[in-house]
Amino acid sequence: MRARDTDWDGVRLHVVTGKGGTGKTTVAAALALALAAGGRKVLLVEVEGRQGIAQVFDLPPLPYEERKIAVAPGGGDVYALAIDAEEAMLDYLEMFYGMRRAGKVLSKMGIVDFATTIAPGFRDVLVTGKTSEAVRRKGKNGRRTYDAVVLDAPPTGRIARFLNVTNEVSGLARMGPIKNHADLVNGVVASPETAVHFVTLLEEMPVQETLDGLQELRTIGLPPGGVFINMVRESLLPDSVLDAAAEGRFDPAELVLGLKAAGLTDGGSAAVSVAEALAEEIADHAHRAELESRERLALEEAARPRYELPLLSDGVDLSGLYELAESIRTQGAA
Amino acid sequence: MSKRTERGGHRDAPVLDLDAIIDDPGTRIIVCCGSGGVGKTTTAAALGLRAAERGRSAVVLTVDPARRLAQSMGLTELDNTPRLVAGVEGKGKLHAMMLDMKRTFDEIIEAHADPERARQILTNPFYQSLSSSFAGTQEYMAMEKLGQLRRSGDWDLIIVDTPPSRSALDFLDAPERLGRFLDGRLIRVLMAPAKAGGRSAFKLLNAGFGVIAGAMTKLLGAQVLKDLQTFVSALDAVFGGFRARADQTYKLLQAPGTAFVVVASPERDAMREASYFVERLASERMPLAGLVINRMHLSPAGVLSAARSTAAAEDLESRGEHELTAAVLRLHAGRMQLAAREHREQEHFVSAHPTVPVARVPAMAQDVHDLEGLREVGELLSAQ
Repeated sequence: MRARDTDWDGVRLHVVTGKGGTGKTTVAAALALALAAGGRKVLLVEVEGRQGIAQVFDLPPLPYEERKIAVAPGGGDVYALAIDAEEAMLDYLEMFYGMRRAGKVLSKMGIVDFATTIAPGFRDVLVTGKTSEAVRRKGKNGRRTYDAVVLDAPPTGRIARFLNVTNEVSGLARMGPIKNHADLVNGVVASPETAVHFVTLLEEMPVQETLDGLQELRTIGLPPGGVFINMVRESLLPDSVLDAAAEGRFDPAELVLGLKAAGLTDGGSAAVSVAEALAEEIADHAHRAELESRERLALEEAARPRYELPLLSDGVDLSGLYELAESIRTQGAA
Repeated sequence: MSKRTERGGHRDAPVLDLDAIIDDPGTRIIVCCGSGGVGKTTTAAALGLRAAERGRSAVVLTVDPARRLAQSMGLTELDNTPRLVAGVEGKGKLHAMMLDMKRTFDEIIEAHADPERARQILTNPFYQSLSSSFAGTQEYMAMEKLGQLRRSGDWDLIIVDTPPSRSALDFLDAPERLGRFLDGRLIRVLMAPAKAGGRSAFKLLNAGFGVIAGAMTKLLGAQVLKDLQTFVSALDAVFGGFRARADQTYKLLQAPGTAFVVVASPERDAMREASYFVERLASERMPLAGLVINRMHLSPAGVLSAARSTAAAEDLESRGEHELTAAVLRLHAGRMQLAAREHREQEHFVSAHPTVPVARVPAMAQDVHDLEGLREVGELLSAQ
């Protein structure tokens, strides 16, 4: 344990969701790095078969096996696991019934295909079940194997259904092994050891989905976590300039002088046309800034801890990932 | 349909001429596909409005649209029926509908099973899970609804927005997966007790039905197994017809009257998914119209490079002059850097798929709220 307090001390399962395109997998990866920093051991799990983790860390596709993929700043290890529903089912049969062989026969017959088609709830239980097992697993010394598990979960629109496994299978199985297993999973997911984080952009649709998602979690009694506002552009211009630009009152005359002083334009007319083009860009930026501050206000109303992650203009490569992890740590999310 | 232009000295990509596609009376179906969060639904709605205002009688089938976007077309409820969109200019007509997958499914059951069997199916817990769950069912039902709209003959252009699938493949896979599901050995084993008191299962499997039934009972519980058997045997008859129609829709998609428009944003993941989709469409012999890249950051002051503006900003800052100009130059440099990255993503796609026509849509400062906003997107889509 580290001496530093974070906003999520005591949380062992960090579920990360977000609307498509918000950078959910990137944030999950950065959060795992941040949590591992200073000598801890963290497992990063993905469940949708997209191999997003491998892409973010620039690795070949991950197998269904926990393996070390990165070292965190100041020591600490990030392990990764790409959960495959079929393998998870074999694990489940072996763990609880010692029936790996019968499981293989079932799996050859296409039971997983069948389960995904007819009752996706079963698939979700297998996947969340494997994740919960990793959260609760203890080593020989009686200590938990992982200090934290980060789950790169399905998108916001599907998250409540995905996590609300007990309800999902209760219509199908009122009693029996699946129900028991779902209850076990629910014991982990609905506990204070879990937090469901949302990744959003400062845009209308992702913000609305985040607010709806938080509301849904509240309704079904699952623990909401923080809101990670991703790809935030720093504001370089003073508010007075932005306001003027938004109202079309920005005067490019000062820019013309500035451009000339910087030696960027040879003749006077070129300076004017560049200044006008830049003024157009400023107006566009001002409109966006206006929209962003409206969305920021909407998020504030949700009264959840918020973290802002910068837009990396060169895209997210490995060093960008460490930069985001650092930002997550400085803001106290890990 | 496409013409080649020089794009500022970069590699040529044929230009996607969407007006030519929507104006062609031979175009009967446009399918917008791509990964989630790239503006797929907005693109579909904007194309529908533009087609209607250029004289077509169009219907837009959306799956789970954002609230504001639905409102922009006057859709206030999810009622599975095409509604006339008010405020469309010109001679054409626009209808829009939101898919209600459960209702679509229920209607299929009611139409294809006798009342007693329909009741058995509709009340079965497995049916309820299947018909209201997200994964898979949406894809089947979108296909089904598309077939229904086409058969009705009420519209001369149908624009479909595909579900936000886990993977772009799911939509095309729907008929295949359904077939595999129905022909699967598991289904046959599950149906065996109902059909022949379980004897056929013994013939079917060397492993022995006892082992399997034992495993299934342990895995699922006896009550679940029984529900499952009832459901599968009750659904058997209905699914036959459903599968035939799914195959029909699949063939319809391959026909020359269909145009697939792949939608992406200039981000690595979305472009990768778009590449994947383009390859998949080719291997399925589906007619691809081209790629729409939404949310491109283009700069009106493109003559000023990122490097030059950063250097100039540093110069001004070190001299302590023209603070505002320095800040504006920094802003511009950031935007040019972003534009360059987006351009690289686009280049990757173009070098891998040099013959695929591309349309680029600049990022808009505001989300779409009304028909005017949709009209503007339509104009941007066509102004290539």
